[in-house]
Amino acid sequence: MLMKEKMPLTTTTPVPAPSAAIAAEAKERDEPLVRNNVKPEHAPNLSLSQLDNIKDTSDEGIEPGREAKMRANGVSVFYGDKQALKGVSIQIYDDLVTAFIGPSGCGKSTFLRCLNRMNDTIPSARVTGCIELDGRDITTSSMDVVQLRARVGMVFQKPNPFPKSIYENVAYGPRIHGLSSSRSELDGIVEMSLKRAGLWDEVKDRLQESGTALSGGQQQRLCIARAIAVDPEVILMDEPCSALDPIATAKIEELIHELRGRYAIAIVTHNMQQAARVSQRTAFFHLGELVEYGKTSEIFTNPREQRTQDYITGRYG
Amino acid sequence: MLKRVSRRYAAERRFRLLGLFAVGVSVLFLAFLLYSMAAKGLGGFVHYEAALPIDFARSDLMIDPASLRGPDAQQTVASADLETAISQAATATYGDRAAEMFGDGAVNALTKEILQRPQILSGRTTLWLPLGSKLDIAAKHRGDAHSEQLVEMLRTKHALRSSFNGGFLTASDSTDPSSVGVWGALKGSFLTILVTILLAFPVGVLAAVYLEEFAARNRWTDAIEVSINNLAAVPSIIFGLLGLAVFLNVMNLPRSAPLVGGMTLALMTMPVIVIAGRNAIKSVPPSIRDAALGVGASKMQVTFHHVLPLALPGILTGTIIGMARALGETAPLLMIGMRAFIATPPGGIADPATVLPVQIFLWSDEVDRGFVEKTSAAIIVLLLFMLLMNGLAIYLRNRFERRW
Repeated sequence: MLMKEKMPLTTTTPVPAPSAAIAAEAKERDEPLVRNNVKPEHAPNLSLSQLDNIKDTSDEGIEPGREAKMRANGVSVFYGDKQALKGVSIQIYDDLVTAFIGPSGCGKSTFLRCLNRMNDTIPSARVTGCIELDGRDITTSSMDVVQLRARVGMVFQKPNPFPKSIYENVAYGPRIHGLSSSRSELDGIVEMSLKRAGLWDEVKDRLQESGTALSGGQQQRLCIARAIAVDPEVILMDEPCSALDPIATAKIEELIHELRGRYAIAIVTHNMQQAARVSQRTAFFHLGELVEYGKTSEIFTNPREQRTQDYITGRYG
Repeated sequence: MLKRVSRRYAAERRFRLLGLFAVGVSVLFLAFLLYSMAAKGLGGFVHYEAALPIDFARSDLMIDPASLRGPDAQQTVASADLETAISQAATATYGDRAAEMFGDGAVNALTKEILQRPQILSGRTTLWLPLGSKLDIAAKHRGDAHSEQLVEMLRTKHALRSSFNGGFLTASDSTDPSSVGVWGALKGSFLTILVTILLAFPVGVLAAVYLEEFAARNRWTDAIEVSINNLAAVPSIIFGLLGLAVFLNVMNLPRSAPLVGGMTLALMTMPVIVIAGRNAIKSVPPSIRDAALGVGASKMQVTFHHVLPLALPGILTGTIIGMARALGETAPLLMIGMRAFIATPPGGIADPATVLPVQIFLWSDEVDRGFVEKTSAAIIVLLLFMLLMNGLAIYLRNRFERRW
């Protein structure tokens, strides 16, 4: 265990008292830092320490002790009686792309949807644990979901533009959040968002045409522009390229590169090459557990876990 | 193997033929219905007129031409005994048996004529006046011997012509088939359906939206769903009884009024709109909801900005079906007194009125033979009214669809 000696278990985030006690216990027993079979309640602190470690050893320009943009602490999700996610703890950094990989049904999309509380729309879903955005717990009822989703935007698996004009698609978010006071300001936001999404040159002459008339790749970039338009801090992408052809995929990946630095990006993908190409951090999920989380280069070249190794070499998944 | 292929082809052919047969039968029925309706009813829009020379100077008519310029002109003419004047003139021209040649229709026509051109009162003039119902039938088809002879005589004198019966569209119910019209019933239908749509559409749509988007899934909503589905299948006369008991007896609303009729029909139509609305809302793809939620729209914004506009064509289809049913409904309206004889068109939703289907029902009950073609003609008017309304609704629906 390479991170044993610098195990900063003195967590900076508020941790519920019981789990702190468990964490201390874990330290005493000197258990491995990445455990796959711990109970959900045990996982947070352990993974947290692991994350801190990654952060410290990072050569991606992250200073030690730097605050994460989003921090999940022992997040479990239940769909009725079925547990879909078992105590996941993870940190997402401001200017890094974090990829979630894993076989189908491993809970990576479920976890992503927790980050802006899209799971609220599923009546049977229940989320436990703590997810923080800039140090504030977003899972509490006092957190306004609408504001949260404005700060944490989302791009979905299937391109889902509104059946309205291209302009209206992008302008909708700023409009409902009152981000512009005049028509020209709104025009500016639309243009800026479409430019950042790399779609402006293709659509600038037909902003009034329907968004659904665009090609699949263009639609997905329109959805990204729509997410950007409300000026979020984090963008969540749920397999954004799974419905696209290779060329459109390449464009989206290029776009992710360009957006990196401006937004914290978390991307779920089935495509391991894609994770390797676009991300700096990779989390491997399996059967609802976070198996391994670390620098992408390390996960793909030198995974610590056998299961990760098996997955990335195509033994299962 | 080959045998199975040929069997499959044969089955497909049989199925196609059966389908064609079914379509053929329904087209045949429709054609028969339309033909019989048109054959009987179109006559109702035409009436025969006879030339009648009237010498107002010699008649007993006491109308002061000066009083015709005032606001009471209508009353002055109405109080004059035009019927006798017409009868006298007819006897003078066509002999004694022509005394009953004209009916109420002729009186109405003469009233209009005098009001428009008061100068005719000063001398002798020849007017074309609609024949009475008996002669009208004799002129169109076959009447009794007496009427046939009269018509024959008029024909030989070239004193008979047929013309469009404008009065049928502008007049209201009457006891004399020659002067009846559908305007009162048409207006009653319009007012009733207006009340119905104003009540049933918003309430139905809001109920559908709430049940589909906001209500928690539990035993209560299940019970409500079952009740609504059952309500849609309740016979319409039950709604009439409900309207009678609640709106008339408890709430003491005016009897025979489009207001009460509309409320009763709204009760009947609402479940249809709720069911159609829920299905339409259900069929909006969840990805649209996700997309709107993803940019931070609230539940209400998602519903009203995205879900409802996308569901609107479906909701409108349900509404059209419900409205068409309400428009053709007779039974519940009989219960709340809309079957009364009402000779003046309603001025508002609280005035006594009748509606087209009830008017048709009433006329079909009349013994006078003149009402037969009027009934069919009223059915044609009802069908056209329905066609117009549905056309408008379909146009609106397509417009909403295209906007997206």
